[in-house]
Amino acid sequence: MLHTVNKSPFDRNSLESCLKQSKDGSAILFIEDGVYGALANTKYSDMVKEAMKSRKMYALFPDIEARGMQDKVIDGIKMIDYEGFVDLVVEKNAVQSWL
Amino acid sequence: MNETTGGIAMDDESEGTIKKFMYINRKAPYGTVYALEALEVVLIAAAFDQDVSMVFCDDGVYQIVKGQHTKFIDVKNFSPTYRALEGYDVEKLYVSKESMDERGLAEDDLLVDVEIVDNAKMADLMEDQDVVLSF
Amino acid sequence: MPIEVNGKTLETDEEGYLSNLSEWTEDAAKVLAESEGLEMSDDHWQIVNFLREYYNEYQIAPAVRVLTKAVGKKLGKEKGNSKYLYELFPYGPGKQACKIAGLPKPTGCV
Repeated sequence: MLHTVNKSPFDRNSLESCLKQSKDGSAILFIEDGVYGALANTKYSDMVKEAMKSRKMYALFPDIEARGMQDKVIDGIKMIDYEGFVDLVVEKNAVQSWL
Repeated sequence: MNETTGGIAMDDESEGTIKKFMYINRKAPYGTVYALEALEVVLIAAAFDQDVSMVFCDDGVYQIVKGQHTKFIDVKNFSPTYRALEGYDVEKLYVSKESMDERGLAEDDLLVDVEIVDNAKMADLMEDQDVVLSF
Repeated sequence: MPIEVNGKTLETDEEGYLSNLSEWTEDAAKVLAESEGLEMSDDHWQIVNFLREYYNEYQIAPAVRVLTKAVGKKLGKEKGNSKYLYELFPYGPGKQACKIAGLPKPTGCV
């Protein structure tokens, strides 16, 4: 299953809820203001890194770059573009959007 | 004009007196329209020659991070406009230390000169205002 | 109302500002100036080019007060004053010069 997170973890609990309620082996994609959850050295980095051990994580590069975060993303989170986003949606059986 | 003066009527009594206006920015730049709206209000209201300051706290600190490139999300990159504030005599920019720390950001990540202040100082600054506008 | 520049049609808003600022050319500036009843002199160009540089750097069209100050800083006091700028652009250096420079209407102008 694919989970998307589009809210900043500092602003809403979307990321936390997502991490708690997603299964091992699922994919998590950070988009829009959700990309602030994909950054290193923040209050939430450890939580995300822990979850990465069992889940595959992606971040939408256009949203990262818009926010000037291109050098701050946690190592191991894969950057994808809009085409990659579509591929993920097609590949996974269902999508849950943590709004 | 009330919308840009925080409800302060520009009547004879208030004309000529300088009030302290503070704009508080708490939202990230592109997910919502708050940041851009606040910036526009500040630029318009700068014509009133008041004592203006801006605060960037919580996700608002992300508004003034360097290196923003919005070409691929097809939204205007308004971050360079923060550097025009000085020309509008908006020179007091306060950034929350705690908000920076939580996000792993340093002063060097920011595209304008700011004063970094802690929560206690921020509370003092807010207390000192005549008008506070929240975004 | 769209304007014609060298056989090409450029869209403008209802007040005559170019809709797409990347379509601006020097010829477009001349056509826009003509519609304002102005003939472009070197002094006009200097301000128009200054405005375009300002926009490039800050992504806004400056308020007149800010423009005046910035012109003074860059081009000297004898140009950085409203008298000089209003002589060049009688309907307002903000509105008129920005229009000719292909910029949006200055933020704060009603």
